[in-house]
Amino acid sequence: MPGERREAMVTLLFRLASVVFALLLTALVLVLVQAPPLEAFRLILKGAFGSPKKVADIFVIWIPLLLTSAGLLLTFHAGLWNIGIEGQIVLGAVFATGVLRYLQDTTIAPTLALILAFVAAALGGMIWALLSGVLKVYGGVNEIFSGLGLDFVAVTLVLYLIFGPWKRPGVGSMSGTEPFPRELWLPTLEKMRLSPWALALALVAWIMVIVLLQRSYFGLRLRAVGRNPRAAYLMMGLSPARLTLLAFAICGVFAGLAGAIQVTAVYHRLIPAISSGYGWLGLLVGMLVNYSPIWIGPVAWFFAMLNLGSIQLPIVLKVDSTLAGVLQGTLVYSFLLGEGIRMKWQQRRREIGESE
Amino acid sequence: MRVELRNIHKHFGPVHANAGITLTFEEGKIHGLLGENGAGKSTLMKILSGFYRPDDGEIYLDGQRVSFHHPADALRQGVGMLHQDPLDFPVMTVLENFMAGSPGGMVPDKRKARKSLKTLGEQFGFHLDPDATVASLTVGERQQLEILRLLWLGARVLIFDEPTTGISAQQKERLFQALRQLASEGRTIIFVTHKLYEVQELCDTAAVLRLGKLMGRRTAPYDLDDLVKLMFGRVLKMERKPAVPLGEPIFRVEDLAVESARVRIRNVYLEVRAGEVIGLAGMEGSGQRYLLRACAGLLRPTSGRVWFRGREMTGRSYLDFYQAGATYLPATRLEEGLLPGLRVADHLVLTRGSRGFFVNERHARDLAQEAIRTFNIRGRPDSMVEALSGGNQQRLLLSLLRPNLSLLFLEHPTRGLDMESTLWVWEQLLERCRQGTAIFFMSSDLDELLNYSDRILVFFAGQVSAPIPAEELDTESLGRLIGGYGFVPVEEAQTMSVGEAAHAR
Repeated sequence: MPGERREAMVTLLFRLASVVFALLLTALVLVLVQAPPLEAFRLILKGAFGSPKKVADIFVIWIPLLLTSAGLLLTFHAGLWNIGIEGQIVLGAVFATGVLRYLQDTTIAPTLALILAFVAAALGGMIWALLSGVLKVYGGVNEIFSGLGLDFVAVTLVLYLIFGPWKRPGVGSMSGTEPFPRELWLPTLEKMRLSPWALALALVAWIMVIVLLQRSYFGLRLRAVGRNPRAAYLMMGLSPARLTLLAFAICGVFAGLAGAIQVTAVYHRLIPAISSGYGWLGLLVGMLVNYSPIWIGPVAWFFAMLNLGSIQLPIVLKVDSTLAGVLQGTLVYSFLLGEGIRMKWQQRRREIGESE
Repeated sequence: MRVELRNIHKHFGPVHANAGITLTFEEGKIHGLLGENGAGKSTLMKILSGFYRPDDGEIYLDGQRVSFHHPADALRQGVGMLHQDPLDFPVMTVLENFMAGSPGGMVPDKRKARKSLKTLGEQFGFHLDPDATVASLTVGERQQLEILRLLWLGARVLIFDEPTTGISAQQKERLFQALRQLASEGRTIIFVTHKLYEVQELCDTAAVLRLGKLMGRRTAPYDLDDLVKLMFGRVLKMERKPAVPLGEPIFRVEDLAVESARVRIRNVYLEVRAGEVIGLAGMEGSGQRYLLRACAGLLRPTSGRVWFRGREMTGRSYLDFYQAGATYLPATRLEEGLLPGLRVADHLVLTRGSRGFFVNERHARDLAQEAIRTFNIRGRPDSMVEALSGGNQQRLLLSLLRPNLSLLFLEHPTRGLDMESTLWVWEQLLERCRQGTAIFFMSSDLDELLNYSDRILVFFAGQVSAPIPAEELDTESLGRLIGGYGFVPVEEAQTMSVGEAAHAR
C-alpha cells in the first residue's frame, strides 16, 4: 500500500504546482494589460468576502452550480457528455415560471404553488435530458450533438416566451417576464438573496450523489456502463440503455431544480440568460475534480467565489470585462495541463512497474 | 547483421523479467524465441529494439557495442520490431503509415515513397493498396505494411513478436515465405512465439526462455518433447474431453437462419444437452461468430426458433438469455469483457451479489479474495483490471462467470495463451460441463476443437455443415473441411441420406 500513498502524495504535489503555475500565469496576463497583479488578487478577495452579503452571494452562485455539477457527475460516470445541461436548466426555469404564472392568479397557498413549481421544474429538466437519452439509446445520436442542439432550442424557446406569450404588459424586453408577486418568491435570509431552502436542496443533492456514486450498487452499475457498456452488457448482464436513461433523468431533475431556484429565489422572473452559464461551468467543475463527487463541493464553491469576486475587477482596474473569463480559463487550463503531465508520468511508471 | 546479447538483466519491481540472458543471433537465419506467457521473451526483445533499457548487460551488433535510448535509435542502427498489436495509425492511409517515421524534413517525398512501397511489396508478394485506410486492412495486411516499412527504413534485424496471432492461414503462409526470403537475403530474423509447430516449421534455431532465464538452445530438426520440457519443465499434452454423462436437452434451435451480405447460414437444427460441448470450426470470418451471436440473442436471426431451458426464446434479447443462465464470453478481454478503471472487486460484485442498495465493501473483498485464490490470479482485490497481465485478465474473466450457468458461449477461449494456461482454462470449463453447463465455443485451433468438442459445426465461406461427432474427425479431415474440401452445407446435406453425407466427407 505504500505505493498508493506515494501516488496520492504525487497527485497532491502536482495539483499544488498547477495552482501556483496558474497564479503566476494570471499575474503575467495582468502585467501585460498593465494592471497590478497583487491589487487585482486583493480586489477579487474583497469582491467575494468584502461584506456578509457578499459571502452570502457566493452561496447564491454555489447552489445552482452544485446542483448541476452533482447531476453531471452521474452522467459523467455513465460515460455521457451531457452537453444539453444548459437546456435542462432552462427548461426547469421555464416549467417553474409556467406553473407560477398559472397559479399566481388563483387562491392556492403560496407554499403549495412553490412546491408545484419545483416539481414541474424537475419534470421539465428531466424531459429535456431524456430527449438526449432517447435519441442516443434508440437513435444512435451522440449526446453531444443532440445536447448542443437542444440547448439552442431551449434558449430560443425562452426568447420566444419572453417576447411572445409571456411578454410584459406593453412590449417584451430582454429584462424578462413580469416579476412574480412577493409571496411566490422563495423565502430568503433577511436582506439577502440566499435561500436556506435552496441551500438545503443543493446539499441534499450533493450528499445523494456522493452516496450513490461511492456506496451504492446503482453507482457501481453506472460506472460499469460508463467504462465499458459492451462488457457490462455481456459479462454483467446490465442494460446500458436503461442506465443511460436513468442517469440522464436524474441529472435532468437536478438541472431543472437549479433552474427553478434561479427563477424563484434569484431573479423572481424568467430572463433570457436564466441559466447564467452554470451548466457549462458545471461541466468544467466535474472534469476538474476528475469526477470525484466529494470534491465538486469545494471546487464549485471556489468558482462561485471567483465569479463573484471578479465582477468588480474590470470597473476598478479599468481593464476589459472579459478579463475575469481569462483568469478562470488560465486557471482551468493550467490545472488540466498539470493533470495531463501527472497522469502521463504516473502511467509511465505504472507501465514500467507492471509489464510482463 | 549478427546480434549478441550479453548477460541482459531487467527488473520490473520485484519481478526479475530477464535474469542474465546471453544469446547470439547469426545473420541469414530465422531464430525462434520460445517460452510461455510471461517467460520474458517480449521484455528481451523490447530491450533489443530500444523500448526498454536493460538494468545490466550489453548489446553488440556485428561486434560493435551499442546502446539504444529509443526505438528510433535502434531502427537507425538496423534493428526493427513488429509488435504483437500493430502500432499503426488506423485513420491514415497505407502510404501515410508507410512513410511515418521516415527521415526527410517537412515535405515528405510522396511519389518516391509510393514507388518504394510498390517495388518492395512486389518483392514479397504483398499487395497493398497505398490509398486504403489502415483501418480497412486485416491484421495480416497491417503486418505486411509494417514489415515493408521497417525494411524501407533499413532494418537488417527484424523481430516478430507472436506474429501469427489473429491472421488467416494464407496470410501466415505468405508471412513465412517472406521471412524465409528475408533470411536468405542475409537479414537476421527473430521469431517470438509460444507455438511449437511454428518453430518446427520455420526456425533454424530455437532458444527457450522460462521465468526470465535461458533454458537452452536447439537447432533444427527438433525433438518436440525436448522443447516442451525446456518450456514447461515437464511434458504437456491436451487430453481428450473425458466422457461426461450428458443431461437433459437444454438448448434447441429449429430451422435457424442467419443471413447477411457475407453469410448464408440456413437450416440449422440443433439440440444441445447439459454438459455437451459444441465446437464451431472454420477459418476466421467464415460465419462462426454470426451463429454464435444469433444463438445468444446478440444478433437477430433471419428466421427460425430458439428454446432455452424449456422456454421459447425466439426474438429475445441477450439480457433475457443472461437472466435465464447463459453468458457470452468475448474474445477481446479489455475491449468487450472487462471494465478498465474498475477494480477486481468491483467486477466480482457486479456479476455476483447485488443484494440491497449499498455495496458491502467487505463482502466485495471477500469475493475478490476467493476468486484470486481459486483462479490463481496475480493481483489484489483493488487492482485495476487494466493493470493485470493478459493471462491474469483471462483468468479473472473466467472467475466472473456465475456458478450454475446453464449455457456458455465462448469466442476463442484460449487464443494467445500458452499450453499450460490453455490446459488450465479447459480444466475449468470441463469442470463446469460436469456440473451441467453446455458449451458453445469457436476456435481456430484444430486440436482444441477435436479434443474438447462432442460435436463440431464446420463453417466454410459463410455456410455451415450439419453437426459432426468429434470422434469421426481427425486433424486432417477437419482441416480439409475447413478448407472447403468435402464440405457439405447443411441445406444440401438434408437432401442426402446420412450415409451419403458421411461419404461425401
